[in-house]
Amino acid sequence: MTPSAVPRLGTRPSLAAATGAVYAGQIARARTARVPLLFVAAFQSIGILLLLRGVVAHHDDLTGRVVVAGTTVLVAAFVCLNLLAQRVGVLRAEGGLDHYAALDVPGAAVALGAAASYATLMIPGAVITAFVGASLFDLPYGRLWILAPVLPLVGAALAGVGTLIGLLAPKHELATVAGQLGMSAVLFLGIIPEHRFPLVLQWVRDAVPSTYAVDALADTFATHVDWTGVGVDLVVCLAVAVVTLGLAGAVFRRSVR
Amino acid sequence: MDSLVVTGLVRRYDGVPVNDGIDLTVRAGEVFGLLGPNGAGKTTLVRQLVGLLRPDAGRISLLGRPVDRRLVAGAVAYLPQADLAIADLSVRRALETTAVLRGLGRSGARAVTAAILDELGLQSLADRQVGRLSGGQRRLAAFATVLAGERPVLVLDEPTTGLDPTSRRAVWAAIERRRAERGASVVLVTHNVLEAETVLDRVAVLDAGRVLACDTPGRLKARFGDALRLELVWRDEPPLGDLLVDELAARAVVLGRRWQLRLPAEEARSALAALTSGPALRALDDFTLATPSLEDVYVSLGSSADLERV
Repeated sequence: MTPSAVPRLGTRPSLAAATGAVYAGQIARARTARVPLLFVAAFQSIGILLLLRGVVAHHDDLTGRVVVAGTTVLVAAFVCLNLLAQRVGVLRAEGGLDHYAALDVPGAAVALGAAASYATLMIPGAVITAFVGASLFDLPYGRLWILAPVLPLVGAALAGVGTLIGLLAPKHELATVAGQLGMSAVLFLGIIPEHRFPLVLQWVRDAVPSTYAVDALADTFATHVDWTGVGVDLVVCLAVAVVTLGLAGAVFRRSVR
Repeated sequence: MDSLVVTGLVRRYDGVPVNDGIDLTVRAGEVFGLLGPNGAGKTTLVRQLVGLLRPDAGRISLLGRPVDRRLVAGAVAYLPQADLAIADLSVRRALETTAVLRGLGRSGARAVTAAILDELGLQSLADRQVGRLSGGQRRLAAFATVLAGERPVLVLDEPTTGLDPTSRRAVWAAIERRRAERGASVVLVTHNVLEAETVLDRVAVLDAGRVLACDTPGRLKARFGDALRLELVWRDEPPLGDLLVDELAARAVVLGRRWQLRLPAEEARSALAALTSGPALRALDDFTLATPSLEDVYVSLGSSADLERV
């Protein structure tokens, strides 16, 4: 190159290629920790299922449905909210996000890739939990197909929240605490039937995105299913996912400056 | 065209300037070094060069245009100190995904990856996870990602920290090839004097956020005229009472049993000749007489910290 020549600049990857590259980077982490993670995520929920099987009366169909739905969504909260918030918090604190920022990877690709990898990781544990729950509480296995839309949507919604927590927490330790508190909220608000809460907590329950996934699952296990209600719940999950992941992308673009 | 031009750059943290009025120019096809102790402001400076940090004042121009992230991504391959984003990937996968993020297709990324693994002697580690490699191997793998997807400017933050001498030379050779064959410009942060003297065309010495000096290593060393560095290491106690030893003691920087002196060449030679032919020789464990290094330049510029000498 002569000193006066303008060097040729490199090209930018497509959004899909960039998302795929981030996904590959993060799913690799999941792969190395797959067995312990599956163990912790699923066995925590299965433990709660076993405990509550001993508590819930056999004729209390509604509570059984909510318990199975709540513990299934808890797996999603553990992985996509709690673990992802921790991971993003550490990546940000230790300069790991510089790798993506200096490559000008779109914020949307970082948010989507990270969320998708953790959602993928969550699915086996959630499916196992739902099957175990259905067998313990005599729920119809035939309705478990509802996991196919519910898990990706709740995974994306909670991963969006988890990514935001990781990006916004002033310290990564706070991201960890916030992720754990979020998971506790999902557990508490998810496995108790709505009508048993006082009015204020019912409002809080309505404000938590995981509620809509719990309701969609629990309602699908009912004898007579309100499919419109289930559809609305899924749309809410989708909307939360779009908003939180969009926000996470924007915050990522800003956070490295 | 100059690759990078920095003018009046200021960046503060909590009101304290970490970069305090930095001016420098990196020419096309040049290997330019930033030398300085920990905390000198080198990493803060390079993070601004690659658009990861916004300056509080001053301008940075990259290939003639104001720096922004889009321009940086097309023009610069950056090696940060942290490699957490690739730690869970295999070395091969880290290179391939980085190449894809630099706009290559799948097959192109695979071909580039194979070539780099070969160039840096990393084939045997290709399928190992980056985070499970030894410190030096891990740093070499991170450096390899910089080469995945060609860019006209390389910004490398301590690329050879922790590397063994063979790997370090492989990195230097790879940098030199990019410069010689493809006209790449390189900004290299180091606090290793040997690295600075071996690979840099020009070097800026930084301390406390300021550029203390900026020139070729040779010209910086020439500031010392004919001064030489004499280093004496005593077996046990130095033989004080010997006239010459007493005289040297008064002028030496004493570090335990090690004395460092900077003397005019003739005086240094005669002092060493007298020491090695007299009774003091029995008390001497080791001695060196050397031309000034960048470390001497650095110390003479009033830096507060020592550099690493390997």
